[in-house]
Amino acid sequence: MNILVCISKTPETTAKISFSSDNSTFNTDGVQYIMNPYDEWYALVRAIELKEKHGGKVIAINVGTADNDIIIRKALAIGADEAVRINGEASSSYFVAKQIAEYAKSNAIDITFLGKETINYNGSEVGAMVSELLDQPYISYASSMEFDGTSATINRDIEGGVEVIQVSKPFVISAAKGLAEQRIPNMKGIMMAKRKPLNVVEPVACDDKVTISEYSLPPGKTEVKMIDPDNMDELVRLLHEESKVI
Amino acid sequence: MGVLIFAEATKGNYKKNALEAVYYGSKIANQIGGETVVFTIGDGANAGQFGSYGADKIWFNSNENSSDTQVVSSLIAQAAEKAGATYVVLANTAMGKAIAGRLAIKLDASLVSGVNALPSGNTIQKQVFSGKANATFELKGDKHVITVMGNTLQPEATGNDGIPEEISLSAPEPRIKVLDTKTVEGTVPLPEAELVVSAGRGMKGPENWGIIDELAELIGATTACSRPVADTGWRPHHEHVGQTGIAIRPNLYFAIGISGAIQHLAGVNNSKVIVVINKDPEAPFFKAADYGVLGDLFDVVPKLIESFKKFKAS
Ligand SMILES: Cc1cc2nc3c(=O)[nH]c(=O)nc-3n(C[C@H](O)[C@H](O)[C@H](O)COP(=O)(O)OP(=O)(O)OC[C@H]3O[C@@H](n4cnc5c(N)ncnc54)[C@H](O)[C@@H]3O)c2cc1C
Repeated sequence: MNILVCISKTPETTAKISFSSDNSTFNTDGVQYIMNPYDEWYALVRAIELKEKHGGKVIAINVGTADNDIIIRKALAIGADEAVRINGEASSSYFVAKQIAEYAKSNAIDITFLGKETINYNGSEVGAMVSELLDQPYISYASSMEFDGTSATINRDIEGGVEVIQVSKPFVISAAKGLAEQRIPNMKGIMMAKRKPLNVVEPVACDDKVTISEYSLPPGKTEVKMIDPDNMDELVRLLHEESKVI
Repeated sequence: MGVLIFAEATKGNYKKNALEAVYYGSKIANQIGGETVVFTIGDGANAGQFGSYGADKIWFNSNENSSDTQVVSSLIAQAAEKAGATYVVLANTAMGKAIAGRLAIKLDASLVSGVNALPSGNTIQKQVFSGKANATFELKGDKHVITVMGNTLQPEATGNDGIPEEISLSAPEPRIKVLDTKTVEGTVPLPEAELVVSAGRGMKGPENWGIIDELAELIGATTACSRPVADTGWRPHHEHVGQTGIAIRPNLYFAIGISGAIQHLAGVNNSKVIVVINKDPEAPFFKAADYGVLGDLFDVVPKLIESFKKFKAS
């Protein structure tokens, strides 16, 4: 069984978010990058667990430039068998989806895993696009998954609850919290990762349908108004009369 | 030229996010001078109300497989073609997002999910970096799919209900089978909640949540929590808000015994009003707060409950 796991690079969660002076690009100076948490903690680990039980191999795929190799190696250290980097700037979710779908089509992939969203663009766009390009079912926000080798029973988070669904491979699944337990790479994994294949493939041509023209920071908060802890009537009054939210 | 809005039904009913999407879509239709067409799956029984939120036409199509994104996106794409839609609008729900990407490919359209403002010309804004910034996207081509965040516009009912009309469409075979649906009854799901009472590790243990539940119930709020609280199993995972949990933007967010770590703030700092209750004057959350109460939550929250009770009785 071939399992593909899409991994994306995002700024570390405490990174300072700032932009170039004309606000057109994200300021990457001093920013540390990590593997997108949903990809690393849930999608990748569940994929590895499936392989451990059913055999086959886990391939980590990333669309990006050579600076991403360090993150891809981490996926190998956690337990992916091989990796592929599609050598192009991840300029839009459509571009990324197109590259992943192309790879999946020509490599007989049974299950494609992704994180439910990236923590920088919060789009949840790539998974749905990949599944459409592959003409496969798409199960998003999966918080648990049982698999018997052919068909899967999946709990998918929906607004205010969960839906339990059944689907047969091939399919595309996006991982939410609960799908697996985070694994920390150990020394052996890190050593082995150096010898695992990381193939670099050139992207297929694809035009972006959106571009980001400007960034802005949300308006800053005004000074906090401190309320006497013995006067909660005053807080209720302010919420009602001043900010009118109650 | 027009706008097609997909109104997601839950057991034949519509939640606020559907009304918001319709209202939002009708505003775009006004901008571009086109028609507002609402499409829904089901018997259309409760869909007439969309007329008063701006729909010129309301279409429905019965199909059992509203959880299968392949089926749903195919139906919406056909409706969009029929309406000659320039924009297709969906609510930014789990389902909305799962469909939007498929639709964009089917319609060869641009896609921006989670927008938080109306388009301006061919640009549109959304929140990025989990709420730490906004980005303006330029849309290319002549068709666009967007999903709209909750609380972007406050829907206003004006005018009359419409008359839903059945349209016939062809559906592909479903490939997903729904075995069961479990919903948490009674409370508004977090992404849609206008009032949220959230608590963190300062609560000391799950046995102390009584005051949080009581406060939430009293004001009709939904409960939330910080990540360590969900990770240690004090509260269910679906309450976890923040950068790696749910991102929300309610009108009012109470942060009780939560320090205000950057990853927590990322998911909640777009709330309209933030009230922080914390005993540590150095807690970073105070910097993001509109109102702060410096004190022991086990003292303050019961007092706050009493004050709300008095307020409600008056
Ligand atoms: C990659 C990554 C992603 C993360 N994602 C998230 C996320 O999505 N959401 C999230 O919440 N966190 C997230 N975190 C964790 C985050 O960094 C913080 O550790 C977490 O938010 C702290 O939770 P807390 O505020 O409940 O606990 P603490 O930081 O322990 O704070 C407890 C607070 O309660 C106060 N307190 C204690 N007792 C009382 C009392 N009796 N009365 C009043 N106040 C009291 C204390 O003064 C303190 O401020 C993430 C971390 C990482 C590394």
